[in-house]
Amino acid sequence: MSSLSAPPALRVRNLRKAFQDVVAVDGLDLEVRAGECFGLLGPNGAGKTTTIEICEGLTDRDSGEVEVLGLSWEKDARRLRERLGIQLQETQLSEKLTVHETLSLFRSFFPRGPSPDETIARVQLEEKRNSRVGSLSGGQKQRLALACALVGEPDLLFLDEPTTGLDPQARRQLWEVIAELQRAGRTILLTTHYMEEAERLCDRVAIMDHGKVIALGTPRELIASIGAGHVVRLSSSGSPLDAAAFGALACVAAARTDDGAVEAQVEQLHDALPALLDELERQGRPLTELRVHSATLEDVFMAFTGRRLRDE
Amino acid sequence: MNSRHPLLELTLVRFREFVREPEAIFWVFVFPILLAAGLGLAFRNRPAEVLKVAATGPALVRALRLEKRLDVRPLNPSLAVEALRQGKVALVVETAPSGVTYRFDDTNPDGRAARQLANDAIESAAGRSNPVPAVDRLMREPGSRYIDFLIPGLLGMNMMGSAIWGMGFAVVDARRKKLLKRLVATPMPRYYYLLSFILSRLFMLVVEVGVVAGFGMLVFGVPMRGSLAGFGAVCLAGSLAFCSLGMLIASRARTIEAASGLMNVVMMPMWILSGVFFSAERFPDALQPAIRALPLTALIDALRASMLQGAALAHVAPQLGILVGWMVLCFGLALKLFRWK
Ligand SMILES: Nc1ncnc2c1ncn2[C@@H]1O[C@H](COP(=O)(O)OP(=O)(O)OP(=O)(O)O)[C@@H](O)[C@H]1O
Ligand SMILES: [Mg+2]
Repeated sequence: MSSLSAPPALRVRNLRKAFQDVVAVDGLDLEVRAGECFGLLGPNGAGKTTTIEICEGLTDRDSGEVEVLGLSWEKDARRLRERLGIQLQETQLSEKLTVHETLSLFRSFFPRGPSPDETIARVQLEEKRNSRVGSLSGGQKQRLALACALVGEPDLLFLDEPTTGLDPQARRQLWEVIAELQRAGRTILLTTHYMEEAERLCDRVAIMDHGKVIALGTPRELIASIGAGHVVRLSSSGSPLDAAAFGALACVAAARTDDGAVEAQVEQLHDALPALLDELERQGRPLTELRVHSATLEDVFMAFTGRRLRDE
Repeated sequence: MNSRHPLLELTLVRFREFVREPEAIFWVFVFPILLAAGLGLAFRNRPAEVLKVAATGPALVRALRLEKRLDVRPLNPSLAVEALRQGKVALVVETAPSGVTYRFDDTNPDGRAARQLANDAIESAAGRSNPVPAVDRLMREPGSRYIDFLIPGLLGMNMMGSAIWGMGFAVVDARRKKLLKRLVATPMPRYYYLLSFILSRLFMLVVEVGVVAGFGMLVFGVPMRGSLAGFGAVCLAGSLAFCSLGMLIASRARTIEAASGLMNVVMMPMWILSGVFFSAERFPDALQPAIRALPLTALIDALRASMLQGAALAHVAPQLGILVGWMVLCFGLALKLFRWK
């Protein structure tokens, strides 16, 4: 949608930030194009919040360059604030105010933007217009927090884990709202540790681990990059299966043991499945469970780090 | 769509949060009235009480009954001593070979008073006449009673408490909930946030002082001798000083517990030393300069001078100076130290 010549909405070069002895961001590069929804996907402690809060001008960086909407925090802080919409990872808005009162407060800080009622409609909180914030459900509170980020008609929207801690239904509802914003052409930088969220909402995703970007691309590109469209999981009773024997098969891109089972990444299911079952037979192990799923960003993370995004 | 000025919105938030918190309304408006009413009743000026005394022997009983302010019970010596020990009588009068013996506890004012009355009664029954005639004139005018002393003290204490509590808890709570951080992520000028507390406080001050002072004036006839403008100026200076102190206390604390500990440490000495319930003059001379420098002492002294003595603003200039000094000092420090995240 956006022309490639348009200046990026956000450009980060070689960003570093340490807290005492913890290196939170370790030489990070990032570019968010105007009009795209960009996802920072990473496990807990990857440095997502630190990165996004430096971009929001809330945390000082140790070194590196940050350019937001072509402006810098050092010179244009006030102008930048007027053009950014920000949702922090954990803000509790005042419980005693109503939804409408909260939004008129935030609206009053910005020189332009829709009325509180229009914003309420955008996040589908019409029935809760006059309810106290304290009485809202978790999902409604998150939608209100998102609304507070929208009151100034921002040119760039920062959403830090907008759906963490929500039940699947509330999460889906929020996805709808964000997808609507994305369709309307807004530039969004969101962080998440849900691969499904990144796959659904984001045009491009950067996978982060230990303060670095370890993979970057569209969800489709990232999944294709591991050279395997599917993941086959084989379980057997008794001792853990030996992954190496499965990994050696020609039609298997990579295999690892996980909790006694083998997870094999394969490109062609119709070749790989019989081969995997034959190998199991050859080892004389009975099959107790067989699962196949299309590769996801979770598998991409697994392929790059050997770890899972979230500890289930 | 034009929205309201951010300062107005922020100040409205302060009011909404206040009126939607019933406990806060109790502490700010109801509690001081209950306290004033309770203490006013307990320390009301009563006509001198009739004192109970015991006497042994009919001649003594007869002589003592001439004094109307004594309630005399005839008792035998051992029962009389027992009654004294139990506090049922303040004095025992016994016949003795050389005259009379008074038994009483000389640390008990009732005992001393009863002895005086009993001695006068016995001596005049025995034919003494007063060489110097004396007339009693009783002082029970408004302005010199305990309740008159108390109301300005309560006003000062209330102003301190509501400024410091109101500011401290709200700011620390907002910091803990990352609401402060969220606010500085908007284009809102930071000082608007702090200013909104002061604006709402000043408005509330009018109501709060009005309620407590009005109660004192209407129910107990506490005088308001100074000009309303002077009185208002004293209240304004006091409230601003305590707002700044509250802001300083709240400038760094991250938890409600830390903040409330700090608030108590700051306010406790003033509750005791600054002459809310009794005169600060009672403390040793060596402490007086320090006590005078406390903001609550300055505020209460100025309030008493204005209400009870009708002092003009110039007369309370030293106290106003102390309050302004505290305000400038605390505000400056608070701005330097304030932690938004
Ligand atoms: N204020 C701070 N003081 C000290 N260490 C910090 C601070 N903020 C973050 N860290 C550390 O920096 C690292 C990165 O934290 P960050 O919050 O950026 O991670 P994250 O990717 O947002 O994680 P999560 O998914 O849990 O939100 C962590 O190890 C964290 O403990
Ligand atoms: Mg985070």
